[in-house]
Amino acid sequence: MTTTNPPAAAVPLAKADPDRPRTSAGRVRQKLSTRVATGIALVIALFWSVPTFGLLISSFRPENDIKTSGWWTFFSDPALTLENYQEVLFGGGASSGQLAGYFINSLVITIPSVLFPMAVCALAAYALAWIDFRGRDWVYILIFALQIVPLQMALVPLLRFFSQGVELFGVQVLPAWGLTGEGLFIQVWFAHTCFAIPFGVYLLHNFISELPRDVMEAARVDGANHPKIFRTIVLPLITPVLASFAIFQFLWVWNDLLVALIFASGGGRDTNPMTVRLAELAGTRGNEWQRLTSGAFVSMIVPLIVFLSLQRYFVRGLLAGSVKG
Amino acid sequence: MNFDLADQADKFVMLLGGLVAFVALVGGLLLVLDVIPTRLAERREARLAAAADAGTPISVASVRGREGWLAFGFLVPALLLLAIGLIFPAIRTTILSFMNGDGSAFVGFDNYTWMFGQPDIQSVLLNTLIWVLVVPTLATTIGLIYAILVDKARGEAFAKALIFLPMSISFVGASIIWKFVYAYRSGEQEQIGLLNQIVVWFGGEPQQWLLEQGSKLNTLLLIVIMIWIQAGFAMVILSAAIKAIPGEIVEAARIDGTNAWQMFWQITLPAIRAAVIVVVVTITIATLKVFDIVRTMTNGNYDTSVIANEMYNQSFRYGETGHGSALAVFLFVLVIPIVIFQIRNIRKQRSEA
Repeated sequence: MTTTNPPAAAVPLAKADPDRPRTSAGRVRQKLSTRVATGIALVIALFWSVPTFGLLISSFRPENDIKTSGWWTFFSDPALTLENYQEVLFGGGASSGQLAGYFINSLVITIPSVLFPMAVCALAAYALAWIDFRGRDWVYILIFALQIVPLQMALVPLLRFFSQGVELFGVQVLPAWGLTGEGLFIQVWFAHTCFAIPFGVYLLHNFISELPRDVMEAARVDGANHPKIFRTIVLPLITPVLASFAIFQFLWVWNDLLVALIFASGGGRDTNPMTVRLAELAGTRGNEWQRLTSGAFVSMIVPLIVFLSLQRYFVRGLLAGSVKG
Repeated sequence: MNFDLADQADKFVMLLGGLVAFVALVGGLLLVLDVIPTRLAERREARLAAAADAGTPISVASVRGREGWLAFGFLVPALLLLAIGLIFPAIRTTILSFMNGDGSAFVGFDNYTWMFGQPDIQSVLLNTLIWVLVVPTLATTIGLIYAILVDKARGEAFAKALIFLPMSISFVGASIIWKFVYAYRSGEQEQIGLLNQIVVWFGGEPQQWLLEQGSKLNTLLLIVIMIWIQAGFAMVILSAAIKAIPGEIVEAARIDGTNAWQMFWQITLPAIRAAVIVVVVTITIATLKVFDIVRTMTNGNYDTSVIANEMYNQSFRYGETGHGSALAVFLFVLVIPIVIFQIRNIRKQRSEA
C-alpha cells in the first residue's frame, strides 16, 4: 500500500518545482486553493464528528439538563454525572435500560457467531483452492453467487425450520427444534453462521488460493495429507485474513438488528442483544432521552475498541472483499 | 443496583456449551478426515504387499476419486449450512410469494399486483428508489473528495479515522446520534436538537423534521444517516486506490504543468474508475436492504418506510407472509443485475491486472 512518490500539492512546494507560480496572482490563487481544500476537509470532518461528540457530552449531563437545553450549553454551564450510565446499565425500573444483561447477551450471541463461520469457511475455502476434485469450480461459483440472496429472503422459512421442523408430504422428516429461553441463542448462532458463509468463503478463498504452490507441493511430496497441511501449514499462514474476517463478522453480528429481532426476541431480556433493546428504547413514546445517550455509548464501546485496535486488518479485509449481507 | 451476575449464569453456560461444541466439531472433523484416509492407506499398502507376494498385478485406484471424497469432507459443513440457511429458504420464499397470507393456497400473481397497486406500497418503492439514487452518489462523492483532500496531509491517519468511525457502530447507535440532532422543542422552549438550534440562531422557526413528509424531507434526513455511515467505507477504498496510482504518471503530469483540477479529471479519476464502481455497487446493495435506520427513527411511519422495513412488518407483524415474501423476492430481483455487473467488472479487472 505504501508508495514512494513525492508529496503532491498538499504540502508547500519546493523551490526547484517547475510548477511554482511565477506571478503574484498565481501565488494568491494557489494559496486560496489550498485554503479552500483545507476548509472543505474541515467542514466534512466537523459534520462527521460533531453529532457523535454532542451525544458523548450529553451522556454525561444530568437528566434535567439533557431535557431542557442543548449539549452546546455545557461549555458555559458545565455539570458532569455518571448517573445516566449507572441507570441505563443497572437501573431497576422496567423502563430503565438494564443494559448490563443485554450487553452479556450481545457477547454470548457474538462470540460463537464469529468462531463457527471462521472454521467452516476456512475448511471450505481450503478445499476449493487446493483439493482437486470434479465440479470444483461449480461449487465455488454457487457459494459465491449466494452472496446476492438478501437476508430478507431467508428469514421466514428459516424461522419455520426452527419452530416446525421439516415436513415432506405430511411426514415429519426433521423435528422442530423447540428452543426456548436461553436455547434461542443456538438459533441465532445458526442463522448468523449460515448467512456469513458466502462472503467468508469468498474472502478466505481469495487469500488461500494465492499461497505459494511449491510450499504445498513440497508438503504433499513429504507425504502430508490435506488435513495435516491445513492444520500445520495453511492455518498459520492465513492468520491475517482470518483476523480480517473475524473483525467483519464481529462488527456485523454485534451491530445486527434484523436477525436478532427475528431469531432472538422470543427470549425477551434473556436473549435479546443490545441493538434490539436500544431500538425499543428509542421507539417508546416515553421521553427518556438521558437513557438513550448513555445506552448508545455502551453499545458502541466494544466495536470502537475492536475497530481502533484492529483497524489495519479491517481495512485489509475491506480492500479484499466486496459484498456482505 | 439491580444487576446480579448469578442471574446471568445460564447465559454463560450456553456460551460455554457453544464453545465446547465448536471445538468438538472442528476437532472431530479434522480427526475423521485425518485418521480414516491414513487407515485406508495402510490397508491398501497391506493389500498391495500381499498382491506383490502373490505376484498378481492390481490397478491402483485413481487419486482423484479419493481427493474428491476428502474435499467433500471439508465442504460438508459449509454446504449443509448453506442449504438449510439460504438455498431452501430462498426457494421457499419464492414459492410463498405466490401464496396467500398464511401459505395455505396459491393465489398466482396477486401479491405482486398488490405490491405495485397499493398506493402506500408504491410510496415504499418510491422511497427505496430515492434512497438508492441518493446514498451511493453522495457517499461516494464525499468519500472521494475527502480522500483526495487529506491525502498526504499532516495527520492523515487521524483525519481518516474520524470519517471511518461511523462504519464500526451499529445503525441503531447512529440513528440515536442523529435523533438528537433532529430533536424538536416548540418555539418558546430552548432547543435541544442541534439542527433546530442552528435554525433558531439564524432567526428561523424550529421544525418537526421527521414529520415533513410532503416534500420527502424526512426521508432525506434519514438518508443523511446512511451517507454518514457509508462515506467512510468509500473513503478507505478510494484512498487506497489513489495511493496505488504510479508516482511517475503523477510526476509527469505535474512537469507538464497540469493544475490540480485537470489532474483530478484527467489522471486520478480514470486511474481509480474500477474502485469507484466497486464502491458505488457495494453501497447500492447495502442501501437496498436498509432496515435498522428507518425502524429506529420513525418505524416506517410518516411515509418513510422502505422495502426491507415493509417486508418485516408484513411478514412478522401482520402475518401476511405472501406480501412479505413478494417484497423479499422483489428485493432479490433488484440486486441481481447489480451483482452481475459487479462480477463482470471484477473479472475485467483481473484480466487487466
